[in-house]
Amino acid sequence: MRPTRVLLAKPGLDGHDRGIKVVAMALRDAGAEVIYLGLRRTPEEIWRAAVDEDADVVGVSVLSGAHVALIEQLLVERTRVGADIPVVLGGTVPADDADVLRAMGVDAVHAVGSSLPDVVDSVLALGARERTA
Amino acid sequence: MSATDTTDAGIPVAPVYTDRDVAPDLSERLGAPGEPPFTRGPYPTMYRGQLWTMRQFAGFGSAEDANARFHFLLERGQSALSVAFDLPTQLGYDSAHPSAVADVGRVGVAIDTVDDMVDLFDGIPLDEISVNFTINATAPIILAMYLVAAERQGAAAASLAGTLQNDILKEFLARKTYIYPPVPSLRLSCDVIAYAAGALPRFNPISITGYHAREAGCDAIQELALAIASAVAYSEALVTRGMAFDSFAPRLSFHFATTMDLFEEVAKLRAARRLWYRIATERFGANDPASGRLRFFSGNSGTTLTAQQPLNNVVRSTIQCLGAVLGGAQSIHVMGYDEAYEIPSEEAVTLSLRTQQIIALESGVARTADPLAGSYYVEALTDQLEARARTLLDELDAAGGAATAIEAGMPQRWIAESAYRLERDLASGDRPRVGVNVFAADGDQAHLGDMFAADPGVAERQAVRTAQRVAARDAQACRSAIEAVSAAARDGGNVMPPLIDAARAGATLGELADVFRSVFGEFREPQPW
Repeated sequence: MRPTRVLLAKPGLDGHDRGIKVVAMALRDAGAEVIYLGLRRTPEEIWRAAVDEDADVVGVSVLSGAHVALIEQLLVERTRVGADIPVVLGGTVPADDADVLRAMGVDAVHAVGSSLPDVVDSVLALGARERTA
Repeated sequence: MSATDTTDAGIPVAPVYTDRDVAPDLSERLGAPGEPPFTRGPYPTMYRGQLWTMRQFAGFGSAEDANARFHFLLERGQSALSVAFDLPTQLGYDSAHPSAVADVGRVGVAIDTVDDMVDLFDGIPLDEISVNFTINATAPIILAMYLVAAERQGAAAASLAGTLQNDILKEFLARKTYIYPPVPSLRLSCDVIAYAAGALPRFNPISITGYHAREAGCDAIQELALAIASAVAYSEALVTRGMAFDSFAPRLSFHFATTMDLFEEVAKLRAARRLWYRIATERFGANDPASGRLRFFSGNSGTTLTAQQPLNNVVRSTIQCLGAVLGGAQSIHVMGYDEAYEIPSEEAVTLSLRTQQIIALESGVARTADPLAGSYYVEALTDQLEARARTLLDELDAAGGAATAIEAGMPQRWIAESAYRLERDLASGDRPRVGVNVFAADGDQAHLGDMFAADPGVAERQAVRTAQRVAARDAQACRSAIEAVSAAARDGGNVMPPLIDAARAGATLGELADVFRSVFGEFREPQPW
């Protein structure tokens, strides 16, 4: 079986990339193939790359507080392109917002304070689910 | 459980220090406070003469929202202001730009035109209150708008005190609010410094920062080396333009983090002063001692604050603020205990200010300059920090200097690797963090007060207001003012004078940033791996 392919990107204008780079390195050490698109990526760019790269999971990180609006744009575009790929969000996300985001269709939310092994396990589990579906 | 035997930066620590750990020429390496090499502080009387400036970073929503928070802080005894701008403003987009909408007013205040800047400082006399601006890629535009806002208040340019961050090099390392490629970006930063050297005698036109690289993951030694290497890069660029080092160096200011390892942080701040003095004299031949007198702003470390058991962050911030004071900071920001969740609430920001006031007025640490001087441990660590930062500075020099090393991604790798190492140490428990990997029993968001709630209508209101202001301006005059900015950008003239005219004529931040986009192009970060 091929390794889990994870596409990581930062939507919106936020430049805090410490967390997403740490997650990228940890996923790679756990055997995943990681494609990191970098900063200021639009929903169109993220889904085009996810489909082209045959990603099993898309992970995005937002630390600017704009997560609800940005995730909404991302999920609308996922529906538009018809991509059936789970989305994981990391960042500065208060618990109430995390509930809202899960109800909107985000598969997992890892707020500041999550442990790195938990984040890795969650992404890999979503990727495995995707590949056996 | 026992204490670790190295500092956070990995310097081995002995169980006890004695006079044998301190090199014999100590008094030469220290000097008196206010005297070269400034190890003991930039001023002879330090806090006995004047307390540090208590400067809580603030801004969100529209100019009126941020203005209300400024008045709230000033009424509670804050002594100066520090403006946070939203990401569209930092990245040169007006609030109505399609890329901007989700981020308008989120991490700071939205500024589109000079009228927003006027509203931001309504009721705040700019010839009396010093103002810090955390702004980089659009720093020349924001400074132009600020100067016009001050002019409308009747405040003389020569009376304006404050600091413009304007350190674009570190934006390519961390924080990442660059717009243009490194070379023209550096030129814009230097245009501001050159302009201020003539027109703004009380204003710091740059705050050269190690803080953001530190928050992105690097250690204290790397932070120190990167800040000093950046100062060298700006200085060399200005000297190459034909400016005398002594004509701008006294107004260079710095920004360092103060994190949890108390003595290492104090040693780093003392070492920073000595190192910069030596570089200023050895490398740039400074004649004016003020050219090598390092002054700095200290921000506490947000990345050391935890989402778990958030009240513990009050204790962490107190230790960090104490470190900044013992290290001789000129101004300090203390983080809100709820910043792992949101912009700090009024309760949290008041507590941050009170933390500073209690340390200043009750603890007694402000009574005498550099109270830790002569401590065997602190002096040994100060020597270590300086020597190890020098070694890294040599590595950066060998790589072609800060700008070239950053373009090649060298310090970015230091930062990413050390951030990853720390996370693994937290996961394994090798690095204890109370409430996270030790003593984690009593819950998560407990004891969090009323949190800040963002206003979802701000983007729309801001767009409407800017459209009205654009409709009301003299279109022809504005067009020719914008054209003059474009000409200066192309011809290599200083962009500040035409930017000030364009701000007066009502040009928007997005229009002016677009002028530079069309002349300089936009930068896209290369893949890190």
